[in-house]
Order: sequence, then structure tokens, then C-alpha cells
Amino acid sequence: MAADRAVLREGRCYAEVTPDPLHLQRLVELVVDDGAGAFATFTGTTRNTFQGKKTERLEYEAYVPMAAKKLLELCQQACARWQLCGAAIAHRTGVVHVGEASVVIACSSPHRRDALEACHWAIDELKATVPIWKKEFFEGGEVWKENEEWRAEQRRLRDEGEQQRRGPQPAAPQQQHGGEGA
Amino acid sequence: MEVRVLFFARSRELAGASEATLSLQPGSTTAALMPHLLEQFPQLSELGTSFVLSLNQEYLAPGEAQPLKAGDEVAVIPPISGG
Repeated sequence: MAADRAVLREGRCYAEVTPDPLHLQRLVELVVDDGAGAFATFTGTTRNTFQGKKTERLEYEAYVPMAAKKLLELCQQACARWQLCGAAIAHRTGVVHVGEASVVIACSSPHRRDALEACHWAIDELKATVPIWKKEFFEGGEVWKENEEWRAEQRRLRDEGEQQRRGPQPAAPQQQHGGEGA
Repeated sequence: MEVRVLFFARSRELAGASEATLSLQPGSTTAALMPHLLEQFPQLSELGTSFVLSLNQEYLAPGEAQPLKAGDEVAVIPPISGG
């Protein structure tokens, strides 16, 4: 039986995949630092409708060890890109009812812009790259959702692969990294 | 040699299993995986091109053929929807 939870911690970075309810304050405490002048957080919750249909619940499934590894990598990339004191991401699995959190992110930094931008970047990147799935149960049906961020990332990787096979192009446009500034 | 294959979400439902063991010729690459998997789990063809593979918890690039060794962990990853 595969493990249903994973916690990874390295330096200023923390990643967790868990079937338990998420608590934002606990995640904030993980990035507390006397050098921080700002804390930014993101919470993703189950909303009650999707495309006019009433959502009953979402059910999340994760490739637990790989998801935790990818979440930790996101924290590390955020720390490399912005001046952060700490970065923490937790994602829940199993049934998440309307109003409950499925994902929480906390970043701390000496100055507010770094924490705010890192938080924004991290949720977009998470939706493009971390192996977690949700099935939506609504009135009269159920469906596996697909993130637009994932589709965009796959298009980018395919184009990149084709460009590499063709060899360097004289006027190849600069590839933008997905997610940032969205 | 044997490799472990994991299925998730839609690929798990189509395969009717959350994991399987594949017997491959020594020296096989990841390019040999899908033909074998489709033979064992024909319903996976419903995924079309909407999936990626991972090898030992790292994504494979589209069309990438990595050498496999006994005990490797492969996953069939349908479009993700975390967040």
C-alpha cells in the first residue's frame, strides 16, 4: 500500500501532501523568521459552482512521493528566484468539501514584493507541474478536471522539443517560462 | 526485467488498477513502455495523447527514450488538476 502522506523539509523550504485538513496558520508558523518584513499566503478552496452547475465536493488524488518532491522543488525554485526567508506548500488529498482548503502556500521575505510574487508564481507552477488530480462531483455527474496551466506547459514542452529537433533557428522567438506574471 | 507501473486518476480508472508489473527485455527504453501497456490495458488508448510518463518520479520529455533498469518506477500521468 502506497503511503498516503509525505512531508519534506530542506533548509527554508517545506512541502507536505496530506489527507488531513489544512491549517493556514500552521504553515505560516513554518516560515516565521525575525528577518521577515512580510508574509504572503495563498489558499485554494472548493467553490460551490462550476460552469453553472452546483458542486457537491472535490476528490483529490496525488502521486504522493513525486508530488511532495515537486512541491519542495517549487519552494526551492522560489527561494532561488526571490529573496525569501521561507517557503511552505501543503496540498490536501481525498474529499474536500465546499469551503474547505485544498492547497495552502506561505512565503516570508524581508520586503513584501518578494513574498507576494513568489506566492503567485508558486500556485501557477503547481497547477502546471505537480502530479495531483481532482475529480469534481456535481449534481448529476462527475468529471476529472484538467488545469489550463498544465495544457500550456505541455504545449511549451512540445514546441521546445520540436525546436531542438530542428536545430537552432536564426530568428527563434525567446521562450517565456510559463506561469510568471500571469 | 521487471518495472513497476503506477496509474492515477483517469489512467487508474481506465486500467482498472492502481499499479502493474511489466516484464520487458533487458536493455529496453521508456519507448517500449506504451506498446506493452496498451497490450495489457487496451482501454488506456482512450487517453489518446493526453498523458505524460514519469520515470522514478521525474517527468519524461515528450518523445524522450530513457534506458530502463529492473525495479524502475514508471507512472502514467493524465492531465493534472491540482490546486
